[in-house]
Amino acid sequence: MIFPVIMYVLAILLLIISFTKDAPKTILALKKALNIFVGLLPQFIAILLLVGMILAFLNPKTIEAIIGSQSGLPGLILSALTGSFTIMPVLIAFPIAVELLKNGAGLMQMAVFISTLTTVGFMTIPLEAKYLGMKVALFRNCVFFIFSFISAWIIGMILS
Amino acid sequence: MKKNLLHDPFLITVLGITLLLLIFNPRIGEKSLALSWNNLPSIIFMLTPIFIFMGLLDVWVPKETMIRIMGEHSKGRGALIALLLGAITAVPLYGLLPMTGMLLKKGCKLSNILIFLCSSSSLRIPLFLFEVSSLGWQFTLIQFLTSLIAVLVIALLVEKILTEKERTDIYNRAQ
Repeated sequence: MIFPVIMYVLAILLLIISFTKDAPKTILALKKALNIFVGLLPQFIAILLLVGMILAFLNPKTIEAIIGSQSGLPGLILSALTGSFTIMPVLIAFPIAVELLKNGAGLMQMAVFISTLTTVGFMTIPLEAKYLGMKVALFRNCVFFIFSFISAWIIGMILS
Repeated sequence: MKKNLLHDPFLITVLGITLLLLIFNPRIGEKSLALSWNNLPSIIFMLTPIFIFMGLLDVWVPKETMIRIMGEHSKGRGALIALLLGAITAVPLYGLLPMTGMLLKKGCKLSNILIFLCSSSSLRIPLFLFEVSSLGWQFTLIQFLTSLIAVLVIALLVEKILTEKERTDIYNRAQ
């Protein structure tokens, strides 16, 4: 929770400084911020609904079956796909990872889940492509998808 | 704004699927709506300061300054600044994407934007202690190093996979 608080403190501080220097310009900045928000709203609502749908199909038991240490390569791939299709703040993901590890989840599966969760976003590809083009969006997601396996493999070799 | 909402093909598709779910499998349909609704506050909470930063960046930092710091001819220094800026912030991907639009508009080099985008989502130094205490320092260190390599691979290759036309298209769309 500390990081978002720092962001808020910083944002408010910058707004105050900006306001004392040039009030109309600050109001323009806030208007622009609101415009960006409104412009993005349809995409965000769509992403939220899609992720909710996926989470509704995946109950905790299914997730546990997917990420178990006995699940092997298929489990690794399923963990990577689960991480790539869902959006979850890391602050929530880490405690869940710890809980799952205690309940027999595999360390490699957990590693691949956390890296894809934070770096690969299949649901946000349309949004990413809107800014960077489809080619860059696919390239970036694929590279991180592959590297999440490399990372998990190294973790598996060294730690288990 | 209403027009805006109804003109997005992605949203219309998803709304359609949600509707079908509610009709044919109300239990899952309602559950998925409830889960989306529960996620909403944390996403808005995370995004609000980012939108404020973007608004302030847009009115206070002139394009020329940004080009000098992270533009086409900023070389290694620009890349290093992008990497450090990304690493010391820990913003989720969905919050960073709107930011890329702003950086493109201000004339940042494409590879530098990707360095920032990728390092902020994968290197996440502010969360180090939390990650170490949850998953151990070896786990954290290995993830950090492989992510760093992934960021470098993306930064080195991204300009090479694009044709000149695709590159200018990306910049034109951001204007």
